[in-house]
Amino acid sequence: MIWMRCGQPINGSMPERPDMNTLLVLPILIPFSTGLVALFFWRQPRLQGAISVGGCVALLISSLFLFASVWQGGIQAVTMGDWPAPFGIALVADVFASMMVVLAGITGLAVAVYALANIDAQRRAFGYHTFFHILLMGVCGAFLTGDVFNLYVWFEVMLIASFVLLALGGVASQLEGAVKYVTLNLISSAFFLAAAGILYGTVGTLNMADASLRLQTLQNPWVSNLLAMLFLVAFGIKAAIFPLFFWLPASYHTPPVAVSAVFAGLLTKVGVYALVRVFTLMFTSDVGFTHAVILVLAGTTMISGVFGAMVQKDFRRILSFHIVSQIGYMIMGLGMFTPLALAGSVFYIAHHILVKTNLFLVSGVVHRLRGTFELSSLGGLYRSAPLLSVVFLIPALSLAGIPPLSGFWAKFVLVQAGINAGGYTIVAVALVGGILTLFSMTKIWGEAFWKKEESGGGPEPPGVEVWTAGERVAYYVPIIVLAALTVSIGLTVAPLMDVALRAAAQLADPAAYVAAVLAGRP
Amino acid sequence: MELVFALVIGGLYAAGIYMILRRSIVKLIIGLALLSQAANLLIFAVGRPGRGTPPIVAKDATTLLPPFSDPLPQALILTAIVISFAVTAFALILIKRAYQEVGTDDLDAMRTTDQRQHAGTP
Amino acid sequence: MRSVILSAATRLLLPLILLLSLFLLLRGHNEAGGGFVGGLVAAAGFVLHGIAHGIEASRRVLLVEPRILLGTGLLVAVVSGLLPLLSRKPFLTGLWIPGDVAVIGGLGTPMLFDVGVYLVVLGVVTMVVDTLAEE
Repeated sequence: MIWMRCGQPINGSMPERPDMNTLLVLPILIPFSTGLVALFFWRQPRLQGAISVGGCVALLISSLFLFASVWQGGIQAVTMGDWPAPFGIALVADVFASMMVVLAGITGLAVAVYALANIDAQRRAFGYHTFFHILLMGVCGAFLTGDVFNLYVWFEVMLIASFVLLALGGVASQLEGAVKYVTLNLISSAFFLAAAGILYGTVGTLNMADASLRLQTLQNPWVSNLLAMLFLVAFGIKAAIFPLFFWLPASYHTPPVAVSAVFAGLLTKVGVYALVRVFTLMFTSDVGFTHAVILVLAGTTMISGVFGAMVQKDFRRILSFHIVSQIGYMIMGLGMFTPLALAGSVFYIAHHILVKTNLFLVSGVVHRLRGTFELSSLGGLYRSAPLLSVVFLIPALSLAGIPPLSGFWAKFVLVQAGINAGGYTIVAVALVGGILTLFSMTKIWGEAFWKKEESGGGPEPPGVEVWTAGERVAYYVPIIVLAALTVSIGLTVAPLMDVALRAAAQLADPAAYVAAVLAGRP
Repeated sequence: MELVFALVIGGLYAAGIYMILRRSIVKLIIGLALLSQAANLLIFAVGRPGRGTPPIVAKDATTLLPPFSDPLPQALILTAIVISFAVTAFALILIKRAYQEVGTDDLDAMRTTDQRQHAGTP
Repeated sequence: MRSVILSAATRLLLPLILLLSLFLLLRGHNEAGGGFVGGLVAAAGFVLHGIAHGIEASRRVLLVEPRILLGTGLLVAVVSGLLPLLSRKPFLTGLWIPGDVAVIGGLGTPMLFDVGVYLVVLGVVTMVVDTLAEE
């Protein structure tokens, strides 16, 4: 039955426009159904893996259809249960949201394939595949929802799934990391819940479009600013912005790579997405205050993340601190709040999801080859695994912003927007951050790939048995495909730039969004 | 009435934050539970509680007769309670496992993941 | 910690508790009650049985593994949401079979959804208690 539904938009799209109701719900339904089906087959790991990959393919296809339909037909909205907005819970897809769903589909597919080899039998038996898909459902739900409280629910779905994935396997370091992760995220949830409650008490609605209209009519701007700051703290913890980021580098390097890659690629971006959504749609009445705060936080986040990474010696901990630093770039565009700057943010988010997932996946292959993430005990990979070295170098240089890779264009647009808006300080901070990122990436390159391998030191590392063909495919295909995507975005920058510009235009002028959601209002 | 609510909510937040700042993980979980209770009560308080009829249109009427009470805050709180129930259950299992694996309930002792020399899992 | 009084009383109480949980589930649509409360009450019954007779025995009384209960419940809930899509209504629209059924009242997709919630809650709570009770 589930597969019948997944197949429907493909068959149904030929004669008529695919049904919007179904298309908007599918990115939530497909992962949910996949996770459920996988739950029932926990005794057959091979079948479970096939279901997991199949579900991700279906998710990617449906998200592409959603994107195409939004690209052609403008912002799409549907309310759950046939209740008219603003009473029913609305699902809304604009260009930004549907682009994020597509990226979730790509990341999900890459990680699902990778997980076939990376996740051990014990973790699979405890439900890795199920919780992975529940996580994807939460992510897609958070992207598509148009209701503040529903966003809270999706955040919690995502969090519960991520809690389990993080702790799955029960290694001591994982549990320690999970305690920190759980604590900070629960505090953030408490903030979010309180903010949603106060929002309802103030404007009497939780529908974002409706709230956007009503917040503009508030007499006292400080009520709106107070709410904005509450949301900033709540989403700021989830997005890991300064000074609330320390849970991230304490936990992201502990679980298996197939878990931390999807966390690094997608999870923190949901926080950024929520910030962008809320601060372009709802809290725009006092930009001089709210967005100035965001801009200052963006600068400090960039610098503190990059300095944190400099002293690290562990492959994944360096990458974790760089997530923090890159989050700063993403909200820098939001803080400047011009259409070009927003386009820069959107482009940066898209680029970063692909690149960061890829880097984490590469770190997993390195670990598979050498049995460690410690840079000091790595070395010589350039000689022994030249292909891997190239695949590492592409996302690493892209992250640092070397032309002509995707990261260069992302930074270029942000810097251009900053100069246009006269924000020279933030531009200087962003450029310094870029140079320091390059420093960290060259450190990994030098230590893990370039330097000569230490010989005769210590016992033979574990896990260096012969690779099976299937394992090689599962490890290498995702990282090569993601690297190819990074290169092609860099070389033909126009398509993604078009998407980013259009997404930013819709974000900068929420009237169309509001109209689409409240179309059926009496 | 509002003053009572304000005091209770403030007290819950204070107690929750105090518990979070303690070193024992059990107290940490209690603190987190208190925080979510405080947030629930906050939603209830900002929803302008008061006496009113259920917001159901009578069979022979077309509109609601005031005073009727707003059901949404209660629905939100109910959802939040269900979620915090699940999360707290998970957190309990997590700290139990963490206690067994790490052998301590002292958060200050749980800092190996922040230290530099650390071999992660595959 | 075996108590004769508790185990004898539980033998009588468990059916009553389960009956009460079903009652709560069925009256849930228009009155106080519903799948969540019903599921919690049922789970409380099994937990009580577990305290009186040990977790092993209560697992046997439950007949099905909690994991399967959880999965089935979610499946039922999703199906209740999907049914309206067949008639081109948005996801989760409430559809009712016309006419009333004796004892239960109206039959429709919200009812089905509640049954799903009941099973999920029962599965989750027994799973959590099992995990916590393991030594």
